[in-house]
Amino acid sequence: MSVSSEIVDSLVRNKVEFVTTVPCKQLAGVIEGVENEASIMHVPSNKEDEGMGLCAGAHMGGKRPCIIMQNTALGVTFNTLSSLTQFYNMPLPMLISYRGEIGEKVAIQVEMAKHTKALLDELKIQTYHFHEPEDIKDLDSILHHTYMSRKPTAILTDSNFWGGY
Amino acid sequence: MIRSDILKELIPVISRELIVCNIGLPSQELHMMDDQPSNFYMLGTMGLASSIGLGLALSQKAKVISIDGDGSILTNLGTLPTIANNTADNFILFIVDNGSYGSTGDQPTYTGKKTSLAAVARACGCDNVIECQAEEAVDVMKDALASDKMTIIVCKCESGNIPVPVIEYDAPVIKYRFMEVVRAKNHTL
Repeated sequence: MSVSSEIVDSLVRNKVEFVTTVPCKQLAGVIEGVENEASIMHVPSNKEDEGMGLCAGAHMGGKRPCIIMQNTALGVTFNTLSSLTQFYNMPLPMLISYRGEIGEKVAIQVEMAKHTKALLDELKIQTYHFHEPEDIKDLDSILHHTYMSRKPTAILTDSNFWGGY
Repeated sequence: MIRSDILKELIPVISRELIVCNIGLPSQELHMMDDQPSNFYMLGTMGLASSIGLGLALSQKAKVISIDGDGSILTNLGTLPTIANNTADNFILFIVDNGSYGSTGDQPTYTGKKTSLAAVARACGCDNVIECQAEEAVDVMKDALASDKMTIIVCKCESGNIPVPVIEYDAPVIKYRFMEVVRAKNHTL
């Protein structure tokens, strides 16, 4: 079974019913899986902070939200993560493709990879790094932890985890 | 009429509805004139009132009104295609279009110049877009609430602000009491 399918299965097992996505090549399989999963409402967003707004609304409507996005966008979500998601105690698992790590083919992706963990650390967001495909085994407990704590968490998924791209 | 005049006239019509209110003066004015647990005040994050409102409307059954502004819509213009393509017939987006960034000192926005938000919304695929004058806001809102159709209202008015106190609630308190109303409304629907 592909890691994309395992991710979608984990979302379903954890009753995640509202997912917003902004595309990345590495995330194509999981985005397709989310779109085809009947128990998940998939609302693609045009920008990551917009998606976090959608997720805030879904949370207040009683649904468990999740955003799927690329690490390059982390900077533009800084204000939203701080003054919406964190300030109002909202849970938000962020499944993030960690572009620019070992195995990357596009040099410019390394520029935001250098800042990714530092930005998350600056926001004091609990961060998990999936490097091996078997790291997927932790996703259930990370999702559970996120909704329990009512905070954003980051799951960084690098090229090695996806088996290249 | 300025924004606070419109809100004052709208309050008897929208007071019982779920409202996601834009950051800054709109939230402070609504809070001063009609503080309700059914009001979600945005204390930060300019631009996301429409996104929060849409996410909420798509996730439960009660009607949701986002009170937004022209400046905030321009900040998050990508919201309009998302709204257009994810229809929630329990959602009303009410844009107070005073052609200025009111909360920061009435600097002009482009909607006071050549840009028409109603035309942008229609071009994005929104089906029910109504541009009205401030004096028509109450009737247009009543019709939108009765229609059970997702509606985008662009309400043109003059720029200007009234003195208002800041909102002292802690953000999780605003969220908690709002979610209690959401739950109660969905229980009875």
